[in-house]
Amino acid sequence: MAHPLLSFAMRRGGSGLVSLLLVSLLVFVGTALLPGDAAQSILGQNATPETLAALRQQLGLNEPLPVRYWNWLVGLAQGDMGTSFSSGRAVADLLWPRLRASMTLALAAAVIALPLAISLGILSALKRDSFLDRAISFLSMWLVSIPAFLTGYILINIFAIRLGWFPSLSISHGSASFMDWINALVLPVTTLVFVTIAHTMRLTRTAVLSVMASDYILMAEIKGLSPRRVTLTHALPNALSPILSISMLTVAYLMVGVVVIETVFNYAGLGKLMVDAVSYRDLPLVQGCAVVFSLVFVSLNFAADFLSVLVNPRLREPKE
Amino acid sequence: MTGKINLSLILSSGTLALFVVLALFAPLAAPYSPTEVLTNPYATPSVDHWLGADTLGRDLLSRSIYGLRYTLGISLFVTVVACAIGVTLAILAAVRRGWIDVLIGRTVDAIMAIPQIIFALIVLAVAGVSLKTLVGTMIVLETTLFFRILRASAGDIAVMDFIEVARLRGETLRWYIFREILPNLAPTLIAEFGLRFAFASLFISALSFLGVGIQPPDADLGGLVRENALAISAGKVAPLFPAIAIAMIAVSTNGIVDFLIRKYSVRGELQA
Amino acid sequence: MSFLDIQGLSLKAGATEILRDVSLQLERGQVLGLIGESGAGKSTLALAAIGFLKPGLTIAGGKVSLDGIDLVAASPDELSKLRQSKVAYVAQSAAAAFNPFYRLGHQVTELRALRDGIGGSERRQLAAELFARLQLPEPDRFGLKYPHQVSGGQLQRAMIAMALLNNPELIVFDEPTTALDVTTQVEVLKVIRQVIAAEGCSAIYVSHDIAVVSQVCDRIVVVRNGVMVEANETRRIIDSPQTDYARALVASRSTSDFNRETSDTQILIEGRGLDLGYGSVRIVENVDITVGRSEIVALVGESGSGKTTVARAIAGLLVPRRGSVTLSGIRLAASVDDRNDDQRRRIQFIHQLPDVALNPRQTVRAVLARPLVKFMGLSGADLEERLRGLMAEVELPAALLDRYPGALSGGQKQRVYIARCLAAEPDILICDEVTSALDPLVEESILSLLWHLNQDKGLGMLFITHNLGVTRRFTDRVVIMERGRIVESGTTKAIFAAPGEEYTKRLMLAEPSTRAGWLDERIASGD
Repeated sequence: MAHPLLSFAMRRGGSGLVSLLLVSLLVFVGTALLPGDAAQSILGQNATPETLAALRQQLGLNEPLPVRYWNWLVGLAQGDMGTSFSSGRAVADLLWPRLRASMTLALAAAVIALPLAISLGILSALKRDSFLDRAISFLSMWLVSIPAFLTGYILINIFAIRLGWFPSLSISHGSASFMDWINALVLPVTTLVFVTIAHTMRLTRTAVLSVMASDYILMAEIKGLSPRRVTLTHALPNALSPILSISMLTVAYLMVGVVVIETVFNYAGLGKLMVDAVSYRDLPLVQGCAVVFSLVFVSLNFAADFLSVLVNPRLREPKE
Repeated sequence: MTGKINLSLILSSGTLALFVVLALFAPLAAPYSPTEVLTNPYATPSVDHWLGADTLGRDLLSRSIYGLRYTLGISLFVTVVACAIGVTLAILAAVRRGWIDVLIGRTVDAIMAIPQIIFALIVLAVAGVSLKTLVGTMIVLETTLFFRILRASAGDIAVMDFIEVARLRGETLRWYIFREILPNLAPTLIAEFGLRFAFASLFISALSFLGVGIQPPDADLGGLVRENALAISAGKVAPLFPAIAIAMIAVSTNGIVDFLIRKYSVRGELQA
Repeated sequence: MSFLDIQGLSLKAGATEILRDVSLQLERGQVLGLIGESGAGKSTLALAAIGFLKPGLTIAGGKVSLDGIDLVAASPDELSKLRQSKVAYVAQSAAAAFNPFYRLGHQVTELRALRDGIGGSERRQLAAELFARLQLPEPDRFGLKYPHQVSGGQLQRAMIAMALLNNPELIVFDEPTTALDVTTQVEVLKVIRQVIAAEGCSAIYVSHDIAVVSQVCDRIVVVRNGVMVEANETRRIIDSPQTDYARALVASRSTSDFNRETSDTQILIEGRGLDLGYGSVRIVENVDITVGRSEIVALVGESGSGKTTVARAIAGLLVPRRGSVTLSGIRLAASVDDRNDDQRRRIQFIHQLPDVALNPRQTVRAVLARPLVKFMGLSGADLEERLRGLMAEVELPAALLDRYPGALSGGQKQRVYIARCLAAEPDILICDEVTSALDPLVEESILSLLWHLNQDKGLGMLFITHNLGVTRRFTDRVVIMERGRIVESGTTKAIFAAPGEEYTKRLMLAEPSTRAGWLDERIASGD
């Protein structure tokens, strides 16, 4: 029999791939069903039937739908995502710098949000029903209820407009000095942290509480181990699996959270690119953005599940 | 402790009730027409215009009250429809099992594998931005969320022996759903309804804020934020008011849900 | 002064009293049995004896002293030290009490390593020696396994090893064999008995089974609802219990049977050539079983024997791969969904746990009315009269009709459930372990209720159980199953007088008895 880890990775990876295929199918078929086609969009309303036909031939639009889907998938696998209607540039060329910018934002937020949220979540669980715990859960109820743009605008109003500490709009990192660039990141990153931290705290708290309620924790206490040892060596290792998984999901949320926040701060990332593409109905660009977002999201979800299995002996070690 | 919970419950339900009344009777409640230009753009709050004026000089309070109509109306409609579909599918899947369970479950999994806002953006890009598409997309997304949690709860209930007792007695599907499962699902359902309603109001606001939700000249609360966004860099607070209203809707709903969850877990209703 | 001395101990959880004014003494080298139903407070009492209160409990009064140390006055730190050095605890569910994150060897030696500062190879050696002593397989490698990788019986022995490794002066065994099958239970009991004898330490043995307690303990304390009911030397409690409760406890393990009239054995229901399974797993192979009119047939086996699966197939809850079920000579549809209402009415099934078999959102009235309406077509005054009649039949006050199940006790719930079955006026009851979750006193009353139904109404019963004591006293015929096959069957009298098969003998020998010397005989004959 295959090792449980391997068979898990195959199974879970397989279902991830199915999700991705589904996204691509949704994106592709949805686009293909629309009246008009790429040739029409590129050439505009005034194109002659001859030039249209020629371009259709050239773009392979006369092929049957499954063949076109297959060609599109093959192109996708090779990094070819078609041509943007609005700018006429290759989608892939437009995407990559934007993806880098968004990942910078998300990862910077993760570096701050994860340690903060996880330690607050653990603390809140260990000091259950204390003033601290209640304060944290009250705060997190507010944080999940406040729309990201409100947080963003409040921060801008205070720190950019009134105090003038940070710029309210982001600048692309090519044109400015390193310090300016970092400064411009502060407010969007802070907003992202606010948006995700509550969720992560709650999940961590629940995970730790469920471990603390186990019989083996009671057993460790009965054995006479110190509270410190019970927490550090008996509870936390078992909470590691859910916490790792929560962390990965948080990064996934952060990646998606950029969509609104990039609009608030006018930040040139993937989210803003996609929102603009939707407004212009630049479908190849929307397709490209959707595929990249889904790829990141599905991979992070896979990583979450895989890591949580990796640190859990019950799932990792074969039963005899 | 209990006193504090009740205070937050009273505040939450009070806020929500006030908003609902304002939305229902918007023409009476709004001091001015939402579309008429009355004063200077971005006029600061005053006795005549409590929240000041918007980007064109329209009364922001009046516009917000009409905006509430959209936000609350769409959120409520979406949540009710999605809840009805979600409950039906969840119970069907839990009772019937087999291929129908697998089919619904897999479809839901596949949709949930795509981030919600990305899913909405794809659909809106493909089908074009319209109220129908917007509501339809949100119903699909909310239904998957309802299904996920209710299928789990209904599954827990469906394996209870009392369901088997009903089967031994030869009861109909109707009996299972209305007499055996739904009464036990009720606490979960009510709490989930609240959570989903809060989510819907935040989601529609976010889409409108991004410019792919309700289209001008109409505006929901998220749309109002977008319309007035430029004022932020000028140091004005106008766009904050509708945004605060959105937050108040979500906070109040979550506050009520929180109370319900506490109450039920204390009473241990479903701990079998 | 006694080694362990508890004086007037009262414990509270919030405002609720968990233990009230309990006093007991334990001398060095003695074994004390704590017996009572679940929730009686016996585990709480045993833990308090080693200076541990579960979260949320407070001491409302009294004294506990262990080896001269006042545990009530001691600081949490001192209590931890004491538990590290003087006492050990063996939990009921070893599967839940071992940390899933660590290998067994590591956990078993953790405390010793911490206390005495011993390292890797010595730890491994210590563990291996103990594992060998407790007859665990491959003692050198056993410590490398994770808890989920070994069986329940082995895990329980590993937990005993963990207790012994600290050379404790007092060990608390908290229902250590309750989760095990009888044949596994007897093996673990032997180990416990030998260990206590060899170590010469004191022990507190907590159990709900008087037979088990009587075999390992010198003294027995009976606890009920947080109060000490009776305390005495083991033999005196067994031979002449003073209180009703203790008498019922002892009676539940006695051999006095219900006075049987000869029953009508004309075949009522018959399962023939049943092959059963779920998915690709085959559970039951070629089983034939019959129940006569007014006959009580026991279907006996350990967990995994397939006895419940057979019952489910007869009820039509599981479609057989092969074989058929007939009722009064008429072949029934395989699935209950395809049977007609009259057939459904005539066969009634009683689940093991009334807690999950009664819908918590339906009142007793709604529960009982449904079969009356559906099967009997009753309504209005007739319905009301029959409802009251049913309540009287199962000896419940009619006032309970408007209660929800949550407001009833375990025994009341089981009675409501039985009343629901009676409402259908069935010919046969299939009883799936109906008394195994009940307090002995309640078990006895439910058995006698079923007994009267059998005698008065001529109700046939298929009685699924793992309890040979109940089988012997209560049933006419026995069918014994092991791993999906019937090993032996015959009249109860004949089988118990002279079991023919090896497995049957083993089962009977493993069934704990209150007879003096039972466990010693098992130890002597065992190896």
